[in-house]
Amino acid sequence: MKLVRLRDAARPRITLRLDGVPIEAQRGDTLLTALLAADAGYLRDSEFGDGPRAGFCLMGACQDCWVVVEGRGRLRACATLAEDGMEIRRG
Amino acid sequence: MKVAVVGAGPAGVRAVERLVAAGLSPVWIDEASDGGGRIYQRPPPGLARDARSLYGFEAKRATALHDTLDALKPRCDWRPDTLVWHIRPGARQLQTLCGGRQDAVTYDAAILCTGAMDRVIPLPGWTRPGVTTMGAAQIALKTQGCAIGHRVVFLGTGPLLWLVAYQYAKAGADVAGVLDTTPFITKARATPGLLLGGATFAKGLYYIAWLRRRGIRIAEGVTPLAIEGGDDGVTAVTWRDAAGRDHRIDCDAVGMGWGLKPEAQLADLAAVPFRHDALQANWVPVRDGAGRTPVAGIYLAGDGAGIGGAEVAEMTGARAALAVLEDAGHRLDPIETVALDRRLASQARFRAALERAFPFPAHLARAMADDTLLCRCEGLRAGELRAAARAEAATGPAPEMNRAKAFTRVGMGRCQGRVCGAAAAEILAAELNCTVPQIGRLRGQPPVKPIPISAEAAP
Repeated sequence: MKLVRLRDAARPRITLRLDGVPIEAQRGDTLLTALLAADAGYLRDSEFGDGPRAGFCLMGACQDCWVVVEGRGRLRACATLAEDGMEIRRG
Repeated sequence: MKVAVVGAGPAGVRAVERLVAAGLSPVWIDEASDGGGRIYQRPPPGLARDARSLYGFEAKRATALHDTLDALKPRCDWRPDTLVWHIRPGARQLQTLCGGRQDAVTYDAAILCTGAMDRVIPLPGWTRPGVTTMGAAQIALKTQGCAIGHRVVFLGTGPLLWLVAYQYAKAGADVAGVLDTTPFITKARATPGLLLGGATFAKGLYYIAWLRRRGIRIAEGVTPLAIEGGDDGVTAVTWRDAAGRDHRIDCDAVGMGWGLKPEAQLADLAAVPFRHDALQANWVPVRDGAGRTPVAGIYLAGDGAGIGGAEVAEMTGARAALAVLEDAGHRLDPIETVALDRRLASQARFRAALERAFPFPAHLARAMADDTLLCRCEGLRAGELRAAARAEAATGPAPEMNRAKAFTRVGMGRCQGRVCGAAAAEILAAELNCTVPQIGRLRGQPPVKPIPISAEAAP
C-alpha cells in the first residue's frame, strides 16, 4: 500500500527507522502515514498467516495498524504522531 | 452536580455548550487530541488548516463547531487523548486511560457521544494492504493530505460513497471507479422523502453530477466479486453488473463501506438495552427523544445513539444536555426544547428516506463464499461460522451470536466485532434460517479497546 501525498506535502522532514531502515517522513504525519507514504508497503503480519496488513479504519477502532515503537510499546499507527528518531518495528 | 461527557464530536460539543451555559463545568473526555469527532477531525499541528479545502460545503459548520470546542475547553475539565475503556453504572464511574495511566471519573450524569464507524461487508481480498474503509479514505485525505493510493476505486453504498469519491477527485486523486451496490431505481424511489433533506439532498446530487461530468466511471446495482492483488497490495477490483456481466477495474487502492454503525460499546457496558432498528439495519441503544436511557444517569447523543449524521448529532447533543439539566431540576425554556424536538422529528423523516435510498445489502453478506475471510482479527472464514451453526458441529449448534463467538472466536479479536459483526450476524441468521434480531447481538466486553496490561493505576 502506498499513500500518495496530494496536499500540504512540503512540511519539515523527520527521519524514523523501521526495523532499522531509515524512513523519511514529514512533521505532522501519523506513523501510518509516515510508513505507508514511504515504501514500507505494510505495517504488520496477521497472526493467522493470512498475509500482511496496513490498517483499515484509520480511526482507532479496528486495531489492524499496530506497530511497536521502541520505549513506548505497541501502538496504533493511525493514532500516533511520528516523531524524529523513532525506532519502529512491524507489529 | 458532576456531569461527564464522553466524546468531542458534534454531539459532545453541543452537549457541553449547554451544560456550561447552565453554569456547570463537566468532565469532558475524548480519545483524540483535538476533538472534532471523525467528521470534523482537524489535522495535527504542522499541517495547513484551510477549512474550505478540508470540509468543503461543511466548512462553516466545522469552523463554528471548532470555535465552540476551543472556547469550551478552559471552561470544563477537558481530558483529551483519553480512552474511556469501561463504565460501571452502579458506581456511576468511568474507567479511563491516558498516556498509560488509569484513572476513574465519577458522575451523577454521563452523556455518551461515542460516534460511529463504517459498516463493512467482507469480500475476497479485503484484508490486503491498500483496502480501507470509506471513512479511512476520507480521514487520510482530510487529516494527512494523502490519498490511499494512486488509482482508487470506491465500493459500497450510502452518501459517504459519493462524498468521498468527490473529495478525492477534487483533490486531484485518480478515482478509477465508483461502484454502488444500490440500484439507481432504489434511490429514485426514495426521492420524495429525500427532498425533506433540502440542502443536504442538493449537495448529494451535486457530488454525483460532478463525478459524472468528470467522466468518472460509475456503476450502480453492482455485485462486488473480489479485490485482486498480492501480499504487496491491490491490483484490481472485479464486480458483476445488473445484467450479469463481469467487469474489472485496475487500481491500487479500494475504499469500501456500506453506511455507518453506532460505536455503542460504552452504552452496552452501562447496561442500556438495545433494539434492532430494521430500517437502519443496526442494533441501537434504547433512548427517548431527549437521549434519556432506562439506566439512571446515562444519556446518549450523536451517531453512537443511532445514525443520524453530523447535523442531527449537534441537535441530539444539545437535547441530551437539556434532559440532564431538566432531570436535575433546572428550569428549561419550553420554547427552545419544543423547537429542537420539532427539528429532530423533521430530520428523522429525512434520515428514514436516506436509509431507504441506500439500504444495507444484507444479501451480499449472506452470499459470502465459505472461504472468504470474515473476521480479520481472528483469521476466521465465513464457512467456519456456518459450520458452527449446524447441529452436527462438535460443540452442538450455536443458536445466537454470543454462542457463535465462543465456538468460533468471531468477534472475539482485537476489534471486538466492530468490523465483521454486521456481516457475521447476517451469515449466522441465514444459516439458522432466522432473522438478525432473533440471533441477538454481540455483547460488549471491557476494555472497549485493547489496553496495555502494564497500565498504571492512579494513586
